[in-house]
Amino acid sequence: MTFVEFLQQLINGLSLGSVYALIALGYTMVYGIIGLINFAHCDIYMVGAYIGFFAATSLHLPFIPTLILAMAGAGIVGVLVERIAYRPLRKASNISLLITAMGVSLLLENGFNCIFGGDPRSYPHNILKQTNIELGPVHTDSLHLIILTTSLVLMVLLQIIIYRTKIGKAMRATSADKDAAALMGINVNATISATFAIGSALAGAAGVLVGILYNSIDPYMGIQPGIKAFTAAVFGGIGLIPGAFLGGLILGVIETFVTAWYSPLAGAIGFIILIIILIIKPSGLLGKKVSEKV
Amino acid sequence: MMKTYVKKLVAFLAASAVVFVVFSLLLSNGVINAYYKQIIMTVCINIILALSANLIINFTGQLTLGHSAFMAIGAYAAAAIYRVGLPFFFSLIFGSLVAALFGFLIGLPTLRLKGDYLAITTMGFCQIIVVVLQNIPQFGGAQGMTGIPADTTFAWVFFSMIITIIVLYHVVNSRQGRAMISVREDEIAAEAMGINTTHYKVMAFTLGAFFAGLAGGLYAFLMMFIEPTQFNYFKSMDLVIYVVLGGSGNFAGCIASTGILTLLPEVLRFLGNYRMVVYPLLLIIIMIMRAKNIRLSRLAGIFRRTGKEGDNNAAA
Amino acid sequence: MLKKFVACALSVVLVSGFAGCSGNASGQGGSMAGGAAGGTIKIGFIGPLTGSASSYGQSSQRGLQLLEEQTNKAGGINGQKVKVVSVDDEGKPASAVNGGQKLINSDKVAAIVGPVTSTSANSLAPICQRYNIPMITGTGTNVNITKSGDCIFRTCFTDPFQGKIMAKFATDDRKAKTAAILYNNGDDYSKGLSEAFKSSFTGTIVDTETYNTGDKDFNAQLTKIAPHKPDVLFLPDYYSVVSIIMKEARNVGIKSTFLGGDGFDSPELFSIGGDAVNGAYFSDHYSATDPSKEVAQFIKDYKAKYNSDPDAFAALTYDAGKVLFDSIKKAKSTDANAVKGAMKAYNGQLVCGNIKFDSDRNAVKAAVIIKTQGGKETFYKRFSA
Repeated sequence: MTFVEFLQQLINGLSLGSVYALIALGYTMVYGIIGLINFAHCDIYMVGAYIGFFAATSLHLPFIPTLILAMAGAGIVGVLVERIAYRPLRKASNISLLITAMGVSLLLENGFNCIFGGDPRSYPHNILKQTNIELGPVHTDSLHLIILTTSLVLMVLLQIIIYRTKIGKAMRATSADKDAAALMGINVNATISATFAIGSALAGAAGVLVGILYNSIDPYMGIQPGIKAFTAAVFGGIGLIPGAFLGGLILGVIETFVTAWYSPLAGAIGFIILIIILIIKPSGLLGKKVSEKV
Repeated sequence: MMKTYVKKLVAFLAASAVVFVVFSLLLSNGVINAYYKQIIMTVCINIILALSANLIINFTGQLTLGHSAFMAIGAYAAAAIYRVGLPFFFSLIFGSLVAALFGFLIGLPTLRLKGDYLAITTMGFCQIIVVVLQNIPQFGGAQGMTGIPADTTFAWVFFSMIITIIVLYHVVNSRQGRAMISVREDEIAAEAMGINTTHYKVMAFTLGAFFAGLAGGLYAFLMMFIEPTQFNYFKSMDLVIYVVLGGSGNFAGCIASTGILTLLPEVLRFLGNYRMVVYPLLLIIIMIMRAKNIRLSRLAGIFRRTGKEGDNNAAA
Repeated sequence: MLKKFVACALSVVLVSGFAGCSGNASGQGGSMAGGAAGGTIKIGFIGPLTGSASSYGQSSQRGLQLLEEQTNKAGGINGQKVKVVSVDDEGKPASAVNGGQKLINSDKVAAIVGPVTSTSANSLAPICQRYNIPMITGTGTNVNITKSGDCIFRTCFTDPFQGKIMAKFATDDRKAKTAAILYNNGDDYSKGLSEAFKSSFTGTIVDTETYNTGDKDFNAQLTKIAPHKPDVLFLPDYYSVVSIIMKEARNVGIKSTFLGGDGFDSPELFSIGGDAVNGAYFSDHYSATDPSKEVAQFIKDYKAKYNSDPDAFAALTYDAGKVLFDSIKKAKSTDANAVKGAMKAYNGQLVCGNIKFDSDRNAVKAAVIIKTQGGKETFYKRFSA
């Protein structure tokens, strides 16, 4: 591998990683606050992509309104999912919640497949122009840069929301102890709804951006990025916003280099690395070791 | 103590013999057609899988999302060794042993992880197995293995299921089983009581993998065709659903929920394309009903079990 | 404690009895001869109507339903109406076995059109063979499918055939000396084509890279392929994936000619891939721009019924159904052996060209090479290996 090729693959890896990071942010946020692996997150990402698609094709909206509409729509779907399917199980075990999440995931996928058919759809070409950017011998394109910037900005924004705002304080309190938070006058239901709204809106934004990037959306588009984003989130230390960002980028880079070295391994390598990391450092890259109380 | 155990065993064997005879009669004179026979056999195989996952998930409290990997290993190992010339029965045993070996090897390092981390790791392991199988040209890779004879008969799956029930029931009611339950209830306390928790976790994993491998072998010789993606983590998730819906540590519940959930997609076939929308919808409704303590078991009268059970015990 | 065991045994009985009862009902209902009950001929269709392969299954189903409608409008087969019973296999082999068993044993169909995907076809074929039910797949390309026995037919190419055709086309027509392959390691169709291409290509294969189902970012593989500057890049996968690959390949600076198989065929290829997909060649069963009257009529009818363009899946399954319907007509019964005989002797002009079967019950037909040009598929030439 020449140095130029190495640089190019590094850029490829970061580009791929930024997609993972973008999806992983919402994943990890919901996990961080309520401790749920929201399997439906990647399907809300798909819902966001479809809302964006219809906003762009039927309403002929330009990019920014499309994005806002998709984020709002995905946010609403997220809140509804939480309200209808997750809230009744809040006192139940994690595993019951996990199964419900799987159910919601299947319901969204198959429901969309039923309503809109399984054929892939393509975004209108003019919504966001994809231009190549040459940086000397290596190149990237505008969309990947937008996605990378978006995930970076969102990461900072999320950190600010969680650590600098009142609702963020409520979220952290809810995360630490739901009952105690409620005793302190925090509206736990509203806080969790807000968490889902934000997390799902992020997924919606990711759906539109990734939809435009690959110019192809279908009802099952969330499955594979979902599992990768989840891996990225665990990789970085699940529940930690910067961890999701970092985990996403690193996973993207590792996958890219392994693919470039020996591509049949690519499907497994993310997991192999993950298992190794977890065995060495079970709390993920940025995770702190929490000692168990007896 | 011993006497009641033997009595129970005899009663159970007698009951299963009756069930078997009834079914065999119904099958042989065509009252149950081959379509329903196929589904019944699938139910039996799924019960073996669910019970083996039950040992890990419910009794030992370790959430695994990779149980279908052991099924895959069992299926491929059995089919491969059969080609070499081993008889059907020994192929099945070979498949189970290989799966158990993998269970041991995988369990050793990963079972130090807890909760969601273990879940993602086992899911990753499952994905790795699928990718590895796709890259073995001798097994047909992604194109799968064809030409496996239809050696799995109703008797094979039925009695494999019965044996699985007996063995696993025996295990969980033994000293080892109680140690496993103590790991689920409180790992630190168990450790403090001098129980080597890793030892019992690995033991549960190995044993679970053995029976998953058995189910895989039966499956291969029932389907006559296997390919890697049918064993991906979605299959594992199905198993988790069977197990959790069955209630924690509950054999009868686990068997009933597996049966019902395996039948459900078939029963819903009349819905056409809406089938796969209604299935998850029902799943969500059942979960909510369970949490709200509207017990299906009370309605059906089959899950009921004395003593405590329910969500609070389920593995997290 | 004994209660638990009784409950255990009871639930087994209950659960199984559940199935048993319904089995009983339909067992008695369907005692008439193979699928000809009540003046209608029942034909089974099986394919992925849900799940990630559902777009292929739904297209195929539309193709067959169009044929059903046309046949019934024209008075049915031998005076009997045709009824297509569809079951969903989710693209999963296990579900295909269950669905197929239902079609054969509960619905009592005379024959089965499908399955759509190769893995499902591979799992259902031995079962159709066991019950002596003719099965004809329009799209199952894996070479092993028809090896299950004399009940199994197919109207499409096999994977090796297409791979060979494109390898020969690369050297003979495109004068390619070097080639690179990028294929889906987790997909039987993609892998089958790539292996055949690899073994038949007489030039040098400079690089072979793989990806997995669900991948959408191929920059790592393409960056590795780019410096080799292959004359042709062989992309054996479906339009939904290759359109993205071609777009990314052009961005990476690969200037090779893209080659592919019938998976390319869809109007969506252009809407997803844009300009990048122009100038590619792929083997196909028919060309929409083919002036033959069968093609024009099919496209017109399909558009009238569904208000969209048919893709290859629709056309192939339409043809598979047509072969079956015509053979039942010719055999004057739905008796499996008579239908099989008529199918073996079949020779007719269909949408995807003239079809007759070889001794392995695979369709013998020439491939059509399609060139993508100006956002359209255009007929390039007929080509045989």
